[in-house]
Amino acid sequence: MSTSAQTIATSTHDGQNSEHKQRKWQDYFTFNTDHKVIGIQYLVTAFFFYFVGGALAEVMRTELATPEPDFVQPEFYNQIMTLHGTIMLFLWIIPAGAAFANYLIPLMIGAEDMAFPRLNAVAFWMFPIGGTLLMSSFFVGPAEAGWTSYPPLSLVSSKWGQEIWILSILILGTSTILGSMNFITTILKMRIPDMDIHSMPLFCWSMLATSALVLLGTPVLAAALILLSFDLIAGTAFFNPAGGGDPIVYQHMFWFYSHPAVYIMVLPFFGVISEVLPVHARKPIFGYRAIAYSSLAIAFLGLIVWAHHMFTSGTPGWLRMFFMATTMIIAVPTGIKVFSWTATIWGGKISLNSAMLFGVGFISLFLIGGLSGIMIASVPFDIHVHDTYFIVAHFHYVLFGGAVLALFAGIYHWFPKMTGRMLNEPWGRIHFALTYIGFNLTFLPMHQLGLQGMNRRIALYDAQFQSVNMICTIGSYLLAVSTLPFVVNVLWSLVKGEKASRNPWRALTLEWQTSSPPAIENFEEEPVLWAGPYDYGVDSEMLDDDSSIEEMLAEVSAEAN
Amino acid sequence: MQSSAIDESKLTLNYHQEAAGHHGHPDHRMFGVILFLIADSMTFIGFFAAFLIYRTMMPVWPPEGTPELELLIPIINTIVLVSSSFVMHRGQAAIKKNDVSGLRLWFGITAAMGAVFLLGQGYEYFHSELGLKTNLFSSCFYALTGFHGLHVTVGVLLILSVLWRSRSQEHYSSGSHFGVEAAEIYWHFVDVIWVILFILVYLL
Repeated sequence: MSTSAQTIATSTHDGQNSEHKQRKWQDYFTFNTDHKVIGIQYLVTAFFFYFVGGALAEVMRTELATPEPDFVQPEFYNQIMTLHGTIMLFLWIIPAGAAFANYLIPLMIGAEDMAFPRLNAVAFWMFPIGGTLLMSSFFVGPAEAGWTSYPPLSLVSSKWGQEIWILSILILGTSTILGSMNFITTILKMRIPDMDIHSMPLFCWSMLATSALVLLGTPVLAAALILLSFDLIAGTAFFNPAGGGDPIVYQHMFWFYSHPAVYIMVLPFFGVISEVLPVHARKPIFGYRAIAYSSLAIAFLGLIVWAHHMFTSGTPGWLRMFFMATTMIIAVPTGIKVFSWTATIWGGKISLNSAMLFGVGFISLFLIGGLSGIMIASVPFDIHVHDTYFIVAHFHYVLFGGAVLALFAGIYHWFPKMTGRMLNEPWGRIHFALTYIGFNLTFLPMHQLGLQGMNRRIALYDAQFQSVNMICTIGSYLLAVSTLPFVVNVLWSLVKGEKASRNPWRALTLEWQTSSPPAIENFEEEPVLWAGPYDYGVDSEMLDDDSSIEEMLAEVSAEAN
Repeated sequence: MQSSAIDESKLTLNYHQEAAGHHGHPDHRMFGVILFLIADSMTFIGFFAAFLIYRTMMPVWPPEGTPELELLIPIINTIVLVSSSFVMHRGQAAIKKNDVSGLRLWFGITAAMGAVFLLGQGYEYFHSELGLKTNLFSSCFYALTGFHGLHVTVGVLLILSVLWRSRSQEHYSSGSHFGVEAAEIYWHFVDVIWVILFILVYLL
């Protein structure tokens, strides 16, 4: 509280060249309640863990270059595989979604801050604490039962590593619950008066759906992990068949959270894509309400499909049929979104800049991930490919091809707003090309490996798979290299990048009505909702230059008074 | 934002203050409390679901050789906890009439009733033949009642913090008593959970 009071903006009112105090770099290392500081804190911390998780992935791919376990011990392989999954899900993609939500929601709806700024800061600081705790398990031997931590395996391997894993997930889960309370309250209660729920940006809709899933799903995972903890430490037998317990109950509780968690990871980035595509295609979004409501439909259906992860766990036939049907129905709202995005850019004045390239790349890769998802929703097919590399290929197409590419689209799109500097275009395109090629080289061949029966989560494999695995490994190295132009670009642009105007993309959502980077309490003047969020090409002659926007703003505010 | 200095820049940013509640900002805290309770209820739903799955899947439930649960103390506890909700509501009614001493009286009684519940629970734990590791049923029994007891403890602490803050006559008033309402809605929530838990574990 006190920090925001001390550093309050001293704004002048000439709009364009306002002199306001900027954040100091120290602010980003303190318990700060400004949602923009928290957003950046989330983003940078998440990227740190992305590089850690990525390094672990490279160790795994190096090991898998040859059939024999020669690079690392199989036990160590299991540990880094567990940590790679856990880090990428809980310390990278979920916090990265929270980063965008924190930074953008108040700006998009014209608010000064989140509904509960202090709670927001508490939620953020639990994230590095949980992350550090998870990393500390390297001192006692990390968990090695996979990110799913199925008992009884998780009860008989690295006891203390497993317990640390449980505690850190409980901390991180609490952090996301607190964050979601903030997102829902802010979106529903703090929009500027003119903005009704159907004229708010689609990113807000997707965060509503995401937050609802967090509130309903995460506590059930917490319940499962508390019981698992009892089994591990106190010697009860909730999930231990040796003592009369039932491991299947853990699987039900785990997947009741962890399937919706997939949507918790990807829905924010559906929202990001819905923002990025119309701006760079200069066309209104196709089917605003269809995209908005399909987010809610995905969230609802996401809660009743969990047992499709358990087709091989002795799930009775009638139950399999139910979960197969509901899973396939999810393809409908997801298909609506892909169709709407494609229709949005169809015939638009597309500028193929870095943000748009990542956006289009997202659609193509997510489509593949979605289609393979329908394949494995089918019980007979799933029984064939369960626990093979087909599954690995599928979820990397959804989570990397989907969420991460959209995340980069969002970064190229909002970096000017966040920092006041433009990113370098050519290096952005090189980043995209390397990522796209590296990603497909790594994960496309895994479909074939899975269909041929190569098991996942194992350090050694049959010699016949070696040549394809070598391709995957080379692809993963390319993927690692692809982050270099990005990191260099970001660091260089932070210092030397071209200065960004308040609205370099000529976008219509409210965050572009304030300076870049925004003033400390966001808007020097009351933001004016003078167009829908995606009314591109509707009044194009009025959008010609900045001065006419200023005139329009003045006109509209005069009318409002 | 209660400590934000009111200066010029702040005054230019007052476009949210039309719907002003406390401290110049609309008060969304109760909405946040309800969202939190929705999430918290999902934890209990997770535990209850696990319990029900065990119950349906095991051939004999509770497993053979489980000692009968004594019902007397839990029934007294149920009566105490349910009636404490009504007692507590009188405290909120009092503060709505600016009656701080009424608030302190009724909340004090509620806290005492909560303490009675916890003592009863403790007595039951110490005198039960069930151990944490006796069998699956006893583990569930301790996990469910223990997690609920933790919630009752937090509820008593919330009530005590309301009592502590209400030492000064001005802290709560008819127009501003979020802490009172939040503690009360939490207490009702814990109460409802107990009724479900009592039916599931003791009666079914």
